[in-house]
Amino acid sequence: MTLQNTTQAKANVGQMEARSVSALNQPRIAIKGLDFFYGSNRALKGITLNLPEKQVTGMIGPSGCGKSTLLRVLNRMYDLYPGQRAEGEVMMDGENVIAPGVDLNQLRSRIGMVFQKPTPFPMSIYENIAFGVKLHEKLSKSQMDERVEWSLSRAALWGEVKDRLNSSAMGLSGGQQQRLCIARTIATRPEVILLDEPTSALDPISTLKIEELIDELKHEFTIAIVTHNMQQAARCADQVAFFYIGELIEVGTATQMFTAPREKRTQEYITGRFG
Amino acid sequence: MSAFLAAGRMPGGARDSRVAGQLSRRRGRYNLIAKILCILATLVGLIFLAAILGTLFWLGFGGLHLSVFSQVTKPPGSGGGLLNAIIGSLIQTVIGTAIGTPIGLMVGTYLAEYAHGSMLGNAVRFVSDVLLSAPSILIGLFVYQIFVAPFGGFSGWAGCIALAVIVIPIVVRTTEDMLQLIPTALREAAVALGAPKWKSIVFICYRAALNGIATGVLLAIARVAGETAPLLFTSLGNLNWSVDMSQPMSSLPVTIYQYAGSPFDDWVQLAWVGALLITFGVLALNILARLVLRTRN
Amino acid sequence: MSQTAVVHPQRRPSFSPGDAIFAGAVRIAGILVLVILSAIIISLFVGGLPAFRAFGAGFLTDTDWDPVKQIFGAAVPIYGTLITAVLAIVLAVPLAFGTAFYLTELAPNWFRRPIGTAVELLAAVPSIIYGMWGFFVIVPIMGNYVQPFFIDTLGDIPVIGALFQGPPFGTGILTSALILAIMILPFIAATMRDVFLTVPPVFKEAAYGVGCTTWEVMRSIVLPYTRVSVVGGIMLGLGRALGETMAVTFVIGNTNRISTSLFGPGNTIASIVALEFPESPAGSLKLSSLLALGFLLFVISFIVLAISRLLLRTKVKS
Repeated sequence: MTLQNTTQAKANVGQMEARSVSALNQPRIAIKGLDFFYGSNRALKGITLNLPEKQVTGMIGPSGCGKSTLLRVLNRMYDLYPGQRAEGEVMMDGENVIAPGVDLNQLRSRIGMVFQKPTPFPMSIYENIAFGVKLHEKLSKSQMDERVEWSLSRAALWGEVKDRLNSSAMGLSGGQQQRLCIARTIATRPEVILLDEPTSALDPISTLKIEELIDELKHEFTIAIVTHNMQQAARCADQVAFFYIGELIEVGTATQMFTAPREKRTQEYITGRFG
Repeated sequence: MSAFLAAGRMPGGARDSRVAGQLSRRRGRYNLIAKILCILATLVGLIFLAAILGTLFWLGFGGLHLSVFSQVTKPPGSGGGLLNAIIGSLIQTVIGTAIGTPIGLMVGTYLAEYAHGSMLGNAVRFVSDVLLSAPSILIGLFVYQIFVAPFGGFSGWAGCIALAVIVIPIVVRTTEDMLQLIPTALREAAVALGAPKWKSIVFICYRAALNGIATGVLLAIARVAGETAPLLFTSLGNLNWSVDMSQPMSSLPVTIYQYAGSPFDDWVQLAWVGALLITFGVLALNILARLVLRTRN
Repeated sequence: MSQTAVVHPQRRPSFSPGDAIFAGAVRIAGILVLVILSAIIISLFVGGLPAFRAFGAGFLTDTDWDPVKQIFGAAVPIYGTLITAVLAIVLAVPLAFGTAFYLTELAPNWFRRPIGTAVELLAAVPSIIYGMWGFFVIVPIMGNYVQPFFIDTLGDIPVIGALFQGPPFGTGILTSALILAIMILPFIAATMRDVFLTVPPVFKEAAYGVGCTTWEVMRSIVLPYTRVSVVGGIMLGLGRALGETMAVTFVIGNTNRISTSLFGPGNTIASIVALEFPESPAGSLKLSSLLALGFLLFVISFIVLAISRLLLRTKVKS
C-alpha cells in the first residue's frame, strides 16, 4: 500500500466516523485496507469502507472503476477464477470473510447477490426459490410453501405468479425474472444483499418497482448496490461511495454527496462532466 | 404493492446454524466424491490412450528396421517389409484428399456465403453432418456398388473415390465454420471497393480463413489415412508391388488387418510395426492441425 | 452486403459473369452432397433388393445365416449391432460426463488444453488399431481374469446369472462394447465439454451466489441447461458405435448366434459384412443379403444421427 493510499484510507475512516454519528447506522460489514488483484493488475487499492446495518450503500463511478469488483470480493465470487486474489480485511461478525478456511457455501448464503442480467435457473418458479433454501435448511413442505410465498410477496411478485408457480421461470418477463432473482436471494434469509446494476437491463416501470422494493427491503437487510444511474443512487441510497480507477475517492451520506461533494472528481462525475 | 409486503417478517424464526452446518458438511462430502469420481473418469480415458500407445511402442518398435521401408510384403517366413502398403496408402490418401478437398471447400463456401437459411442450404448442411458420422463401411459398399462392380473390379481409383467421399464432409464442416468467423466488415470492405463477390470470397475470405481450412484438410488426411473398412471393398489390398491405379492396391490399414489376423508370427510383428507407423503418423497430423489453427491467434 | 448496396447504390458491383459461374459451381457442389447421400441409399437398396425379394419381411426376424442352404437372416447381426452399441453407451457416458465436467469446471487452467488434446487424440486413433489392440491386449485380460471372475461370482445367481455364463473366451459382446466405449468416449466427452462451455458464466455465478457447491452447480444448473445437447452428444456417440467395423470384427467372436450371456460371441452388421464379403461372389444371393444388411445399418444410423443433429442444432439456435 502506498503512502498516498494510506492517507486516503485514514481520511475516509475519519469521514465515516464523523458521519455515522448523524445519519448512518453501525457497520454490518467493515472493509479495511482492501487490495484486489487480477493477476498482477491491482484493481482495488486500499479500500476502507463500512456498510451500515439495514441501510443502502450506493456505489458509483465510471466503468472499470472497481465497484463491481468490490461486490465480488464481499461474497468471494472471485474464488471461482484462478489468478484473482484479495488482500486486507472484510470483517463481518468478527470474522475476516476473505481469509482462507471460510466456508464459502455458508458465507454466500449469508451474503446474497443479484446480477445485472436476470439469472433464472432452468426450473419452475417454485423450484427457483426452494432450490437455494434447501441447500441450507431442512424445511417441511408446508414450511417451504410458506417461505416461497413470503419471499415472492416481499419481492412484489406473488400476485403475478401465484397461479403458475410450477411453470418454468424462463417464461417470465425480464422485470419479473429480476424480481424472482431478488425473491430467490431473500428466501435464503441473507444478512447482506449485493445488487450489481440490477436495473440496467430493465424497462423504466420494472426499474421503478425494483427501486421501491429496495426501499422496503432495507428494513430487514443490509444492502449494497452498484449503479450507473445517479438518480437511482440518490433515490435509494443512504450512503454513497464514489470509486475511480480502483480507489475510493469519497464516501458520505447521499445528501452530502449529491449536494456538497468534497472532491472535485466526485463533483465532475455527478454532474456528468466525465464517466 | 404494499398489500403484498404486508406478508411481513420472515417466517420460521432465526436460522438454525447447526442444521446449516450439518447440511454444508454433507454437501461438501458429496461435492468431494463427485470431484474424485470425475478425476478418475478422466484418468480412465488417459490410461487407455497411454496403454494403446505403450503397446504399440512395446510390440512395434522392435520390428522397425530399414527393410520395412525398403521391401514389399512377402509370404510368411521370408521376411519382407511394408513398402507397397506404405506407398499405396500415400497414393490413395493424397488422391482421395485431392478429389475431396475442392468439393468440400465449394460446399462449405456455398453453406457459408450463399445458402442463407434456404431449404437447399439447410438440407445440404444436415446431410453433410450426417455423412460426417456415417459408418465408413457403408461408403465402401456404396463405391463397390456404383464403381467396382460395374467397371471391372477392385482398383486404386475406387479406393481414392471412397476416401474422397469421407473427406468431403470434414472439409465442409471446417470451411463453413471458418468462413463464418470472418467479420462482415471485411466482406463489406471488399465489396465497397467494387470487387465482385466471388473475388472477395476467393482472395479475401479464403485467405483470412486459410489456417482454419488447412486444419480441416489435415484432419481429413489423418482420418482417411487410418480408414480400413471402405478400402476392403474398393482397393481390396495387394500383396505385390503395384502402383497401377486400375489394379487392386495395397494400403497400410488393410495390410495390418490381414497380417494381425494371420497365424504367422512374423506377419503379426509386421502388423504391429504398421500399426505403430500409422498411429503416430495420424496423431502427428492431428497435433500439426492444432498447431496450424493456433498460429492464427 | 445488401446493406452496402442500399447505402451506396452507385457502388453496387456491376453484373459479373464470374459471380454467376462461381455461385452456380458452389451450388452444384452442394447438390452433389445430396446426390451422394441419395446414391448411397439407392445403391444399397437396389443391391439388397434380391435378398428382400427372396426373404421378405422374414429377413428381419430370421436368425439363420446358412450359405449352403442359401438362407440368410438379419436378426442376429441387428441384435448384435444394437446390443453392443447400447452397452457401449452405458459404459462410455458416465466416463465422458466425468471427463467433460473435469475439463470445464475442475481442471486448473494450464492443464485443460493438454488433457483436452489427449482426449481428442484418443478419438483420432484409427479404429483398426483399437481392434488389434483389443484383440491382443484386452481379450486375454477379459478371458483370463475378468470373465472367470464374473462367471464364478455372479454366474450362479438366478436370472442375472444368465448374463455371466459360458466359457471365458475373452471375446464376445461385452468385450466389443468395452472397446466401442473407449472409442466413442472422446466424441461424447468433447461434445459435452463444448455444450457445457456455452452456459453463460453469470448463471453459474448466480448458483454459486446462493451457496451451491461445484457439483450442485453442475447437476442443477449446467446439466438442465444443456440436457438437449447432451442427449444429442450421446446420440452422436451411439451413431458412431452402431457402424464401427474394424474394432468389433477383431473382438466379437464372429458367431451368428444370439447369446443370453454378455460373454457369448456374436456379430454385428458391420462385422459380418466385412468378414463375409470376400466369400461372396458378385451377383450371389449372399452378396445381396450383405448389401441389404448395409441398407438396414444405414437406415438405423441415419435415424440416430439425424436425431443427434436436430438436438444439437436446436440448442445452438437458442
